[in-house]
Amino acid sequence: MVCDAWTEKLDAYLDGELPAAEARAVGEHLRTCGACAAESLSRVQQKRAVQAAGRRFTPDPAFRARIQKSIAGRKSGGWKRFRFPALAGAMALLIVGAIFVNLNRGRRGERELMSELTDLHVATLASSNPVDVISTDRHTVKPWFAGKIPFTFNLPELQDSPFSLIGGKVSYLNQSPGAELIFRVRQHQISVFIFQEQALGNARPDAVQTALSFNVRSWDQNGLRYFVIGDASAQDLDKLSELMKGAR
Amino acid sequence: MVRWFTLVGVSQATLPLGSFEELAIPHFERLYNFACWLTQDRHEAEDLVQETYAKALRGFSSFQPGTNFRAWIYKILRNTFLTSRTGLKAAATLPLDLEGDEEILPTAKGTPESILLQRSDSQLVQQALEQLPVAYREVLLLCEVEEMSYQEISATLAIPMGTVMSRLSRARRALKEAVRKEQSVGG
Repeated sequence: MVCDAWTEKLDAYLDGELPAAEARAVGEHLRTCGACAAESLSRVQQKRAVQAAGRRFTPDPAFRARIQKSIAGRKSGGWKRFRFPALAGAMALLIVGAIFVNLNRGRRGERELMSELTDLHVATLASSNPVDVISTDRHTVKPWFAGKIPFTFNLPELQDSPFSLIGGKVSYLNQSPGAELIFRVRQHQISVFIFQEQALGNARPDAVQTALSFNVRSWDQNGLRYFVIGDASAQDLDKLSELMKGAR
Repeated sequence: MVRWFTLVGVSQATLPLGSFEELAIPHFERLYNFACWLTQDRHEAEDLVQETYAKALRGFSSFQPGTNFRAWIYKILRNTFLTSRTGLKAAATLPLDLEGDEEILPTAKGTPESILLQRSDSQLVQQALEQLPVAYREVLLLCEVEEMSYQEISATLAIPMGTVMSRLSRARRALKEAVRKEQSVGG
């Protein structure tokens, strides 16, 4: 039969083991030969069936634990695999351990902080009175905060940007008073929180992160801590952050 | 987060690269699955996997870094199986035509009532796989479940590529037959 030569190659073809030119040739043949196409289908189905049936046994978690324990930390039979003396390795572990503990404290505080800020942002989104001072320009908003919070801040010029300032309100973080400014960019609302450094407590916030589904940016400036949070794109947040940082 | 990972990155540089644990643990579940198919007994499979890891750890200095760790550890598992009591028994049932024959035989086409396997026939296929001689079962599993290349299978089983292809071809035909038998038994 004329197709024997093709069916000999079929397994290798279906296993992805044929060189490109041969694979193309087999592919071409299958497009024109019904009998070989049917055989190919039957073989593919058997392959898939074996794969599905073959993924059958999963190990007991207790067994997994035993195996991990038996090989944990064991690198090899010999010292030749160590690039540096073992002492350096041990030192590194101690240092990393110490830093880990330190960061961890900061991590817990940071999680709480992020949780708090997202709550504040969401509350503003949901509120029917999201702002206490309404404005479309910075000249009304900034003076409104005087006497209400123990610091001042600058707002950027937004005329040539996609952002608009909706307004602001006083906000609290760890009993420390600060400002929440509400910006809009296209369909998104972004809160910019400004607090004094002491409002942070133990937390060491990251410069860039996400919390729930919000993007967050954070930085220090002149003893104040800024947070920009919203569901706008990362680029939008970055742009707004740059504008805030450069504000006079 | 960024700071933490950077620090970890620095400390990693002072630990040995490609440590045994890093290389070996990711294969654990698949090795266990393969061991179950070989031994057809969960307890024996556990012993086999345990012994495999112990042997691999002891022999790790002989492993060339950068080469195929997966093929290396599967080979250890398989060799350990073959020297076990069950393995020796299983090896004794190897059909004679598996010895060194590299010819790829033409495959019989499906009959008009070709059996097209559905996913729901999983149990049928499992039973059929269990019936196969271990040499056919293992080559099918390495190809379809572990998705090893012919090259890798050749390294794992220590047989030439040509033998991999002919054995696969025969294994597939045998499986097709076994499935047909299981189907007729089931009614």
